Amino acid sequence: MPEFKKPQTLKDKPFHYCPGCGHGIVHRIIAEIVEELGIRERTVGVAPVGCAVVAYDYWDFDTTEAAHGRALAVATAIKRCRPQLTVFTYQGDGDLVSIGIAETLHSANRGENLTCIFINNACYGMTGGQMAPTTLIGQKTATTPQGRDPKRGEGYPLKVPELLANLKGVVYAERTSVDSPANIIKTRQAVKKAFLNQIEEKGFSLVEVLSQCPTIWGLSPVQAVKWVREVMTKEFPLGRVK
Amino acid sequence: MRSKRTLITGNEAIGEGAIKAGCFFYAGYPITPQNELTAFMAKRMAEEKRVFIQAESEISAINMVFGASASGVRAMTSSSSPGISLKQEGISYLAGCELPAVIVNVQRGGPGLGNIAPSQSDYFQATRGGGHGDYHQIVLAPGSVQECFDFMFLAFNLADKYRNPVMVLLDAFLGQMAEAIEIPNSKIQIPNYKKDWALTGAKGRAPNIIRSLFLEEGALEKHNLRLQKKYKKIKDSEQLFEIGNKSNSEIVFVAYGISYRIAKEVSLLLQGKGLKVALFRPITLWPFPYQALRDLAKDKRAVFVFELSCGQMVEDVRLALGERLPVYFYGRAGGGVFTEKELLNFVEEKLNA
Repeated sequence: MPEFKKPQTLKDKPFHYCPGCGHGIVHRIIAEIVEELGIRERTVGVAPVGCAVVAYDYWDFDTTEAAHGRALAVATAIKRCRPQLTVFTYQGDGDLVSIGIAETLHSANRGENLTCIFINNACYGMTGGQMAPTTLIGQKTATTPQGRDPKRGEGYPLKVPELLANLKGVVYAERTSVDSPANIIKTRQAVKKAFLNQIEEKGFSLVEVLSQCPTIWGLSPVQAVKWVREVMTKEFPLGRVK
Repeated sequence: MRSKRTLITGNEAIGEGAIKAGCFFYAGYPITPQNELTAFMAKRMAEEKRVFIQAESEISAINMVFGASASGVRAMTSSSSPGISLKQEGISYLAGCELPAVIVNVQRGGPGLGNIAPSQSDYFQATRGGGHGDYHQIVLAPGSVQECFDFMFLAFNLADKYRNPVMVLLDAFLGQMAEAIEIPNSKIQIPNYKKDWALTGAKGRAPNIIRSLFLEEGALEKHNLRLQKKYKKIKDSEQLFEIGNKSNSEIVFVAYGISYRIAKEVSLLLQGKGLKVALFRPITLWPFPYQALRDLAKDKRAVFVFELSCGQMVEDVRLALGERLPVYFYGRAGGGVFTEKELLNFVEEKLNA
């Protein structure tokens, strides 16, 4: 039976994330996959602007920051210049779906051989909980105090894997969650597949991870995972889209 | 060194200069009057088996340059005024992360969409920062198609030497006009800049991190002060300028780029009339060669500044000279270009007033 321990690809530093936040889980999953595939020495991570902006404080491999929304443009160039590297982006919903939607669509449409890990917590976490493109209908945020209402011109939750599935450059798009041990294992399998696709030079892969944000949602960690399971997955169904 | 004489436009000369200077990555977006450069790079980068990307936006292009530079290769983008405005956030990130890069601005008339005619009205944006934060980019202003070619070596070398963005600032005139230039046949030696900070995979070393974020108390101030030390070093050692007719001249003309070419012709006309004119052309617009101008102007009657703008570089000239002697400015805006006759009349009018 294998011993449960911290992967070598994670630095010996406690996460700064709030109790119950999903970031630490996904950071660890990525670190585990990088270690398992033996690619630490040729992995480059691109960190977002958002709560995970300092992801490089935790991952023990080469990492760069990127301007808000531009991670996939940065990653595109790194991969094109050094194709032997395994390059991934780690982005939140504001970063990937709002300010960076052009980079998301076009890097996917070019079929860049990249791995994109997309954290969807239905809000802007770091800036205090404003509406994100993925905010649910009726969900109260700092900028939708009465709850998101399409009738007020606030739009609808934007479904990224479904949107990207129409693009020929995309080889893999799946939505997972980290609300239970079973779903964490499924997320791990999806992240692994997204990395393997790149190593096998298949093209653009995206894994959307529904991730809890208890602080902004005003819920306890236990209530937050329950909200992911019972509310969020109704709007964002889990599973492989492409 | 043997060389080949070639008739080529400024935009193409920039491209060929970049190729010869070892540019490995180019990203661009269509905008007039620099489209010939992007098209040239599309063809030549493929021939050289290097990376060309037509980006989805100017913003994406500059961030691709960020990524390419972070991976340790020589990277550039080019655009024209409105597109350069869009790139400013990215340039600020390059400066903050200390990544070398070359940005070419073939200026057109502004503000807003403006027009596609020659202009020098992005001087403030280029020399004062453009993006947010306390930073500087080195700014080179070629004055001929030959210099469009030559300055690409200088631009990439300075970028690598100081780990800093460098802008090559020209105008629609220089970009579009063709001149015969010398292109060396043999490979030009490029200094070996060690890039042990680049993202190449953490093999046999600690992970490299590229960042401009410093949240700990005092850390960002420390980072800024270090950057300022670097900028001072650049100011102290990288000023470039050209001086003509230094001695026995009564007045000084200051101009750069295409304006300098016109000013030079005017100086010849005045010489024919018995008035000797000294010429001062800043080549580095940042760092601006204040002391060299001060030294040249110290025993002169007046200084004339000519720009294709409503008066931007003239502020640097006044910073250099203060109230010591009259500084007269003549400019044209919004894509207008002065003629020799126009400048001649202006100078004679001011001197006879």
